[in-house]
Amino acid sequence: MFEIVEARPLARGIKQFVIKAPRIAKKQRPGQFIIVRLDESGERIPLTIADADPQAGTITICVQAIGKTTMLMNMLEKGDFILDVVGPLGKPSEIEQFGTTVVVSGSVGTAMAYPTARELKRAGNKVVSIVGARSKDLLVLEDEVRAVSDKTYVLTDDGSWGEKGLVTERLKQVLESCKVDLVLAVGPVPMMRAVANLTAPLGIKTIVSLNSIMVDGTGMCGGCRVLVNNSSQFACVDGPDFDAAQVNFEVLMQRNNMYREQERTSIELLQADPGAELKKLREENARHACALDAVEASHD
Amino acid sequence: MTKPPSNNPLPNKERIKLPRQRVPEQDPQVRAHNFQEVNLGFPAEQARQESLRCIECNKPGCIDLCPVSVNVRAVIDLILAGDYLGAASKVREDNALPAITGRVCPVEDQCESGCVLGKKGEPVGIAYLERFVADWERETGQFGSPVAAPATGKKVGLIGSGPASLACAGDLIQMGHQVHVFEALHELGGVLVYGIPEFRLPKDIVRHEIDVLRRRGVVFETNVVVGKTVTIDELMQEEGFNAIFIATGAGLPRFLNVPGEHFNGVYSANEFLTRVNLMRAYRFPEYDEPLYPCQDRDVIVVGGGNTAMDAVRSALRLGAKSASIYYRRTEKEMPARVEEVHHAKDEGVHFEMLVNPVEFLGDEKGNLTSVKCIRQELGEPDDSGRRSPVPIKGSEFVVPCHVAIIAAGTSANPLIQSTTPGLAVTKRGYIAAKEDTLATSKPGVFAGGDIVTGGATVILAMGAGRKAAKAINEYLKGLDEPKPEQAQATVQA
Ligand SMILES: Cc1cc2nc3c(=O)[nH]c(=O)nc-3n(C[C@H](O)[C@H](O)[C@H](O)COP(=O)(O)OP(=O)(O)OC[C@H]3O[C@@H](n4cnc5c(N)ncnc54)[C@H](O)[C@@H]3O)c2cc1C
Ligand code: SF4
Ligand code: FES
Repeated sequence: MFEIVEARPLARGIKQFVIKAPRIAKKQRPGQFIIVRLDESGERIPLTIADADPQAGTITICVQAIGKTTMLMNMLEKGDFILDVVGPLGKPSEIEQFGTTVVVSGSVGTAMAYPTARELKRAGNKVVSIVGARSKDLLVLEDEVRAVSDKTYVLTDDGSWGEKGLVTERLKQVLESCKVDLVLAVGPVPMMRAVANLTAPLGIKTIVSLNSIMVDGTGMCGGCRVLVNNSSQFACVDGPDFDAAQVNFEVLMQRNNMYREQERTSIELLQADPGAELKKLREENARHACALDAVEASHD
Repeated sequence: MTKPPSNNPLPNKERIKLPRQRVPEQDPQVRAHNFQEVNLGFPAEQARQESLRCIECNKPGCIDLCPVSVNVRAVIDLILAGDYLGAASKVREDNALPAITGRVCPVEDQCESGCVLGKKGEPVGIAYLERFVADWERETGQFGSPVAAPATGKKVGLIGSGPASLACAGDLIQMGHQVHVFEALHELGGVLVYGIPEFRLPKDIVRHEIDVLRRRGVVFETNVVVGKTVTIDELMQEEGFNAIFIATGAGLPRFLNVPGEHFNGVYSANEFLTRVNLMRAYRFPEYDEPLYPCQDRDVIVVGGGNTAMDAVRSALRLGAKSASIYYRRTEKEMPARVEEVHHAKDEGVHFEMLVNPVEFLGDEKGNLTSVKCIRQELGEPDDSGRRSPVPIKGSEFVVPCHVAIIAAGTSANPLIQSTTPGLAVTKRGYIAAKEDTLATSKPGVFAGGDIVTGGATVILAMGAGRKAAKAINEYLKGLDEPKPEQAQATVQA
């Protein structure tokens, strides 16, 4: 049972949670993720760790409501419990002194790219951040990113904040204006693919963080497999970071659509009565908490 | 040696005339559409009838061939005496999870193959009797909890919560040690909960066995991936564990490495079964985890082991239009329990032998549409005496298929090995452990079950757990004894 000690909306449909998870807080490195299961009937979904405080024993995650589980999760508040949280999973991002690095991120991807950008800066790299979102109200962690970047570009598709345009256009200009040693792209698959298409011909090392569908997150099921350099790799243990030039984004998109129908059904059911779902989750988790207390008491 | 007084009133020549009792089962037509248990188990009268068949051998072959040497003859006699609880305790002396093994042991290769009655007719239904006493114990809410030895103050960490670990935990707690089990998943039981389906092994039974262990003092912590969340060195150096038992199973799925395996609808058996069993996708949308639809579609399972049978029978229950087993050898070589193969056939599973998929084909959306296979024949026996299948040139054919489940075996998950310095592994990546003590190359660290042997059986994993418990107990005792050089030093002083 994992307690939410802080919950605050970051942007439209995006919420930040601070969760008590001492073991994970102590071990996590930038680029790693957790898998959560909200309640007894919940599915297991991966979420990138955005930050951690080992002393306080907490981790921070940012959640965009896109499917049933993330929608339900974003209804949770401080003091609520999540049934299962496991991690830190995946390989940490490779942090070295590369030279000039460009971190490209889209919408909630910014929350995932932020800890890596911060570590890149700490490791002595020049960090250029290019942050994009469809519109102003979908932008997250702008101030945090600015604080760890030598230069920050903010763009929105509709021009409601920062420059109007696409992150890839800005990236192109940056690549033309200076020598770049590493590009990191985190965000929607089409954006990552566009970045890869831009940098691959130039031979610039580019890392993408892949968000494939997962179950266990330990290499046991193979559901998260992605095609990298034409061979099967498990995103949960071999990734989530991969060399962008070798990733088959087509297959990734197809596999991410695998459960589209079911996802729609789940969302419809949730939206029919969101209050009831939330109530069920709270009641169930409270029951679990009681049962756990009873077991612990019996061991004392 | 004189036989102890018997509770069997019949002379031997009457006993051998008795027919083997048939265990009641759900009707194949009905059960093919539900996830409830197939075998219903013996009622007491049938258990007695079956027990009457035992001729109480002087040298019981059944005990010889049981991997943990359950005293079958004594158990049967206690059933005849009507002392079912006593019979259950007798089983538990050697087998900590009788309600489970009574359901999943490959008895035709073990106890029942050693039963003398099998030489001429059918062996005694030992598994059904074991299951009967274990169920009786559970259903009547009785459990003779053994009295544990005084606390030793020693702490042992068990990694994984499959049968190897559960058996080890039961023995260690009995010896007075503190036992802490770490499990990566959110539910306890290993393959018993994520692999073997409800219709073969109801999850309530596994949960009950774990509750019993919990009541006896075993501490369980889920959501801990050892190697990631915490390392073995940290457990020993920072969290005060005196010894560790690694029982993480053979968790890595093997794919066929043929083109098209990325298409939507191609699953590893591990993923398919995990979604269905652990995540209860068969109850979607009541449970959130989705499953690529099997309803009214053609499902092919590649493989011939228990995993393949579990997958194909699950697909059938999910409403598949056709559910088939594609196996590269012949039925004779299939490693699955015989009973499961019979059950699958009764339920309408189609078996296609001596075939191998060579390519998966899909549409422009990335969804699986068909499988290209090649026929095979058995070639000359190889060094091991097994006749390996060889493809027949030009025999390729394409069959429509929407869901393909690959049950071609598993390999070792490298997670622990790669994060534990000083832990030796075998050529195939399994953990190297001494035959007699299951000690690894790292002091205080033991390993057993599938992570040492490769995919095997529940009972062998349990046997390993017990062997490790014994060796760990010795090791812990050794920690308190003065080291030889220290003893020397005292003498000199
Ligand atoms: C579908 C299927 C059907 C089967 N049917 C039968 C049958 O009918 N009869 C039979 O005898 N045998 C059967 N088997 C084989 C049998 O289940 C296994 O041999 C047995 O479960 C092995 O036990 P174990 O304790 O070694 O490992 P497992 O049962 O595999 O348990 C290992 C546990 O360790 C956990 N773990 C792994 N890595 C870590 C980590 N780093 N940190 C923490 N925890 C970790 C896993 O999540 C898992 O819960 C079947 C297997 C499968 C897959
Ligand atoms: S081998 Fe068969 S007949 Fe002999 S003791 Fe065992 S169960 Fe009874
Ligand atoms: S999520 Fe199961 S292997 Fe990666």
